[in-house]
Amino acid sequence: MRLGSFIRQCQAVTRYNLETIWERRAVSVVAIFGIAGVVGVMVAVLSMAAGFRAVVTGQARDDVAVVLRSGATGASDSILNHQDIQVLWEAPGVARGPDGPLVSPELFVIIDRKKIGAGTDANVPLRGVEAAGFALREQFEIVEGRNFEPGRNEVIVGDGAAGAFEGLRVGDRIDVGRASWDVVGRFTTGGGVAESEIWTDNRILQQMYQRGNSWNIALVRLRDAEAFEGFEQTLTDDPRVSLGAERQTTHMAAQSAPIEVFISVVGWIIVVMMSAGAVFAALNTMYAAVSSRSREIATLRALGFSRLPVVVSVMIESLVFGLIGAGFGGAASWLLFDGFRAATINWASFSQVAFAFQVTPELLVQGTTLALVIGAIGGFLPAVGAARRSVVGALREQ
Amino acid sequence: MSETSFSDTAAGNGAAAEAMVDVRSVSRTFHRGRTPVPVLKDLSLRMEKGEFLALMGPSGSGKSTLLNLIAGLDRPTGGEVIVGGSEIHRLSERKLAGWRARNIGFVFQFSNLLGALSAERNVAVPLLLTSFSARERRRRVDIALEIVGLSERGKHRPRELSGGEQQRVGIARALVNDPMLLVCDEPTGDLDRTTSGEILDLLAALNRDHGKTILMVTHDPVAAERASRTLHLEDGRLAECGHDGTIVMPTHEPAGAAV
Repeated sequence: MRLGSFIRQCQAVTRYNLETIWERRAVSVVAIFGIAGVVGVMVAVLSMAAGFRAVVTGQARDDVAVVLRSGATGASDSILNHQDIQVLWEAPGVARGPDGPLVSPELFVIIDRKKIGAGTDANVPLRGVEAAGFALREQFEIVEGRNFEPGRNEVIVGDGAAGAFEGLRVGDRIDVGRASWDVVGRFTTGGGVAESEIWTDNRILQQMYQRGNSWNIALVRLRDAEAFEGFEQTLTDDPRVSLGAERQTTHMAAQSAPIEVFISVVGWIIVVMMSAGAVFAALNTMYAAVSSRSREIATLRALGFSRLPVVVSVMIESLVFGLIGAGFGGAASWLLFDGFRAATINWASFSQVAFAFQVTPELLVQGTTLALVIGAIGGFLPAVGAARRSVVGALREQ
Repeated sequence: MSETSFSDTAAGNGAAAEAMVDVRSVSRTFHRGRTPVPVLKDLSLRMEKGEFLALMGPSGSGKSTLLNLIAGLDRPTGGEVIVGGSEIHRLSERKLAGWRARNIGFVFQFSNLLGALSAERNVAVPLLLTSFSARERRRRVDIALEIVGLSERGKHRPRELSGGEQQRVGIARALVNDPMLLVCDEPTGDLDRTTSGEILDLLAALNRDHGKTILMVTHDPVAAERASRTLHLEDGRLAECGHDGTIVMPTHEPAGAAV
């Protein structure tokens, strides 16, 4: 068969099939919404993972090093002393601001707060920061109230934490340990996990938790991303300290991975099970579609149309169902879930991270791909069946 | 529209006696489970160009099977089928489809129009298999609809047409490629007597005025009367029918002798 004739045949049969979809709308809807359901659930679940990843890794930079006690995996199992911080101040490759080296030693404790809505207890990070901590986070901005004053029992609350946990609005007072703290401001950092935290003055927090002159973690701004290797080597070689350094991007990706993988695995298990159902719905629809047109298909073949255009046209119809389903499913998940705020525990730090679902273009592409795969599987057997059907037998049907 | 033929070669009835169909010792056996069911046995048939041949016989006699073999819709179990000089029993399925598209016009019992398409788009369907320009396709559709008397109904869908009109559109579709052979499988089987008469008038005119060679399967003796020759198929054997309805069965027909 010549290519031109083949294409004309495919176009003709496909066009006819698509023009008759409306007449077969009842059964077509089953396939379309089956696929839409799968795509909607897939995009919604994975948008949760995408939102979580974006929050945890979104503000991470290659030219910022995260320094912990050697062997520690996170701030909660790391202790840094004054000598450690001195070594960091003097290390090569560290950027300097107006007030000295951009090294931010930070204390990290967990406090209990209740989740808004659920009312259940949640671990919320309370971080002690100093001037360098603000300098390091260039997008830090007070959006309500004011910053805390050093030396006073005052806290500022990240935008995500304020929306996720009870009693963290500006003007509230929170009781932590033996002291009460005034919430004096709400801040943003342009996204990132810091917005799920409460911040206060490092010194006050050290006193409150009897930590002396120690911290849990230090963030170090380097001159540039290439300075990291030299900086890390210096820490490794210095016999006075036992410190480990990672790029902030690497560190935060590792922090994000467990929950991201968990959400993705659970999500895909659900999606695969639903996909099986959607494939059967598509199969049923396409078998019905082919059956209702068996005499018409036989007529076309009697007139000289070949088998392959019949297969192609039925497959295209099934793929069109997949595309329509993907459109509905993607749109529904975008309308319902994009920006939907939630909080979940970050297993790496045992603290809550507030985040928003993100229905990204990549997820919509993935959803559409899945829909096309379901459409292709659902259409293949009916298409082959239609093409293999005896022309003479089908012509006799009334 | 004064033009009522697709090419300059349309000949009237009585063209040179050149075999359009030559069926030689054909057999066709189907299988019901593992049991072979022979329908045609060592059957031969010759049909001349320009002939209007009616094929009659009781249900199950194999007349549609014979028509399907001649139209290239089915293959014989044995024997040869030569149509228009082509040994179609030797063609692959793909080539057979192309051969049908170029050479055969089908008229079905139930018209078999595509319900979602207008009459003119139905008529144009076989032209999609050709390399004609859009203008030539348009011209051919117009001519075909004019021949069947439906020039004004081209925009209507099948459900907006009467049974007779639907069958006329089916005939226009069969004509549009200017095929060398029209095969009609019970073309009036789904129509009332008056409409049947109109369709048969049209087929007779196509044979008489446009030189179309027509093979028609029918149960209806009235329909068969319009044909120039009638063959009767029974128990896998062919017999000539006289115009008075008498059936002349060959008593000592040698194997493979053509009727």
